[in-house]
Amino acid sequence: MNAREKEEYLREYSILKTQGKPFFPYAVFKDTAMAAITLGVIILMAVLLGAELGPKADPTTTTYSPRPEWYFFFLFELLRVVKPPELVFMATLGIPTIWLMMLLLLPFYDLGPERHPLKRPIAMIGAVATVVGMAYLTILGAVAGSPAVIELEVAPRYEEGKLVTASQGCLGCHKIGESGNTLGPNLTHIGDRLGRDAIVRTLLNPTAPMPPYVDLQEESPEQFEQLVGFVASLKEEMPPPEESEPAEQASAEQK
Amino acid sequence: MSKLTPPLPKFLRPAPPRPSEKERSSDNGEPNGKPGRADKLRESAGEGGAQVVGWLDERTGASPFLRGALYRKVPKGTNWFYTLGSATMFAFVSQAVTGVFLAMYYNPDATRAYESASHITNEVFLGELVRGMHKWGSTVMIVLLFLHMARTFVFGAYKYPRELNWVIGVVLLVLTLAMGLTGYLLPFDQRSYWATIVAVNLNASAPLIGPFLADFLRGGGEFSATTITRFYALHMLLIPGLIAALIGAHLYLVAKLGTTAPPWLRAEKKELTKEEI
Ligand code: HEC
Ligand code: HEM
Repeated sequence: MNAREKEEYLREYSILKTQGKPFFPYAVFKDTAMAAITLGVIILMAVLLGAELGPKADPTTTTYSPRPEWYFFFLFELLRVVKPPELVFMATLGIPTIWLMMLLLLPFYDLGPERHPLKRPIAMIGAVATVVGMAYLTILGAVAGSPAVIELEVAPRYEEGKLVTASQGCLGCHKIGESGNTLGPNLTHIGDRLGRDAIVRTLLNPTAPMPPYVDLQEESPEQFEQLVGFVASLKEEMPPPEESEPAEQASAEQK
Repeated sequence: MSKLTPPLPKFLRPAPPRPSEKERSSDNGEPNGKPGRADKLRESAGEGGAQVVGWLDERTGASPFLRGALYRKVPKGTNWFYTLGSATMFAFVSQAVTGVFLAMYYNPDATRAYESASHITNEVFLGELVRGMHKWGSTVMIVLLFLHMARTFVFGAYKYPRELNWVIGVVLLVLTLAMGLTGYLLPFDQRSYWATIVAVNLNASAPLIGPFLADFLRGGGEFSATTITRFYALHMLLIPGLIAALIGAHLYLVAKLGTTAPPWLRAEKKELTKEEI
């Protein structure tokens, strides 16, 4: 906007203002009505949806899958959409930072005098694309689990191992079922190719770039066992989860 | 000053006394015509409110500002979309009020946080309602915030002369999201704990400042007992203080510059000529 356009805008605005109505009571009435609706919605949601409190935080389990507040879903989801590990920092911080900077500096690069949305096609297309992108990622995040989750039905006795595996970051390089990346070999049916011992050997003495998991074995051998058990169970023909349940319960009762 | 201050609307101007009122007061008066005690009392009781206002005004000089804020005109075409900003502010106030009540029972100690949250939820009178209002109030506030932002964007309200108000708004957006992040840990259940760990680790993966930011949030290299007190201090002192101050600046600019008219409205040129003559 140049000086003349600014002058013109201010003149036009001051006329529109004299043709308007006083803030009190006209705008105040609408604002008050809206505040009442807001309070009503908050109380209604509180009554209908309650305030749940899950089990107490337990730093010794790494087996809990994290789930953020819904308005951070799109950030978590970006992580899953961006696959190559060397680009992951772009997903977690690069894209949000660039987006935020563009938002912050918007008035300093969008300098045209036009304010009508239909006469600002570039701005409106950018905005609609952003909204659609964020909404899409939020919905993806809402229907899927968190990015450190393996979406695979397994027998209950492998549940713990599945969560350990997810929390150890294997998905950063391996694909298991539908989840994970493709840098390393696909592990979906690794049990057919490698036995338990071979998997333990790989974990303790892997080929680069895969990191060794000696620390895990030394610090929490139980979790290491669960992890190995789960990975070894990944076969083409998995035991269906429902059938193995009674057996599991029976063995638990025998103890 | 008087030029900036719009006149009081008619219904608020003091009405001249009715003839009957004058008569009545002389009726009760003493024979010598001076007003009686009962009269004085009645008069001062009636004027009590006005006197308090006058007393305050004489010492603060607030009334021109209040009048300017209340009776300034909003431009033609102002519609319901313009209530989204004040609704956001109302949601913030609701968060502040429910937050104060939660703080009366909450204990930001890693060994007690969960117990105090469960005490609030299960035992305190209306505790679950207040916790629910605080929890869902955050969702409502975020939604209103984004809608308000969409309104100002679509109406081109970020353009001259309101650029600064947009910038303050974006900072408010970031701070509000930071409230969501720091508050999520406080109930200290499994979900909040692990989500926060992941979020802090994401911060740590940022180039350059990432590790420092993560260390600052955690209060050290590891997630520890200090982390929760630190989140608590950020969540109930630092960030809300900043938000309140910035809302003040935001509203000051709104009152000073006025809100935009809908961009599809044009001033009626006829009235312009009438006024110019
Ligand atoms: C930094 C990336 C990375 C991570 C993280 C990683 N791996 Fe690997 N992994 C690899 C690569 C690359 C190979 C292939 C090595 C080779 O060619 O010998 C591999 C090989 C393997 C193999 C042998 C596959 C075969 O077909 O021979 C197994 C089993 C395995 N990984 C399991 C795991 C498990 C379980 C985890 C998590 C605890 C894990 N990996 C984490 C990169 C990774
Ligand atoms: C805590 C958060 C916020 C509060 C309480 C708030 C409050 C308000 C209020 C009450 C108004 C008056 C007009 C209206 O209600 O529409 C306003 C105007 C404005 N707000 Fe906000 N706001 C917040 C966040 C934001 C954000 C995130 C942005 C954009 C990034 C923003 C940008 C603006 C702009 C540009 C105006 C001027 C609108 C005009 O002149 O028409 N605000 N704000």
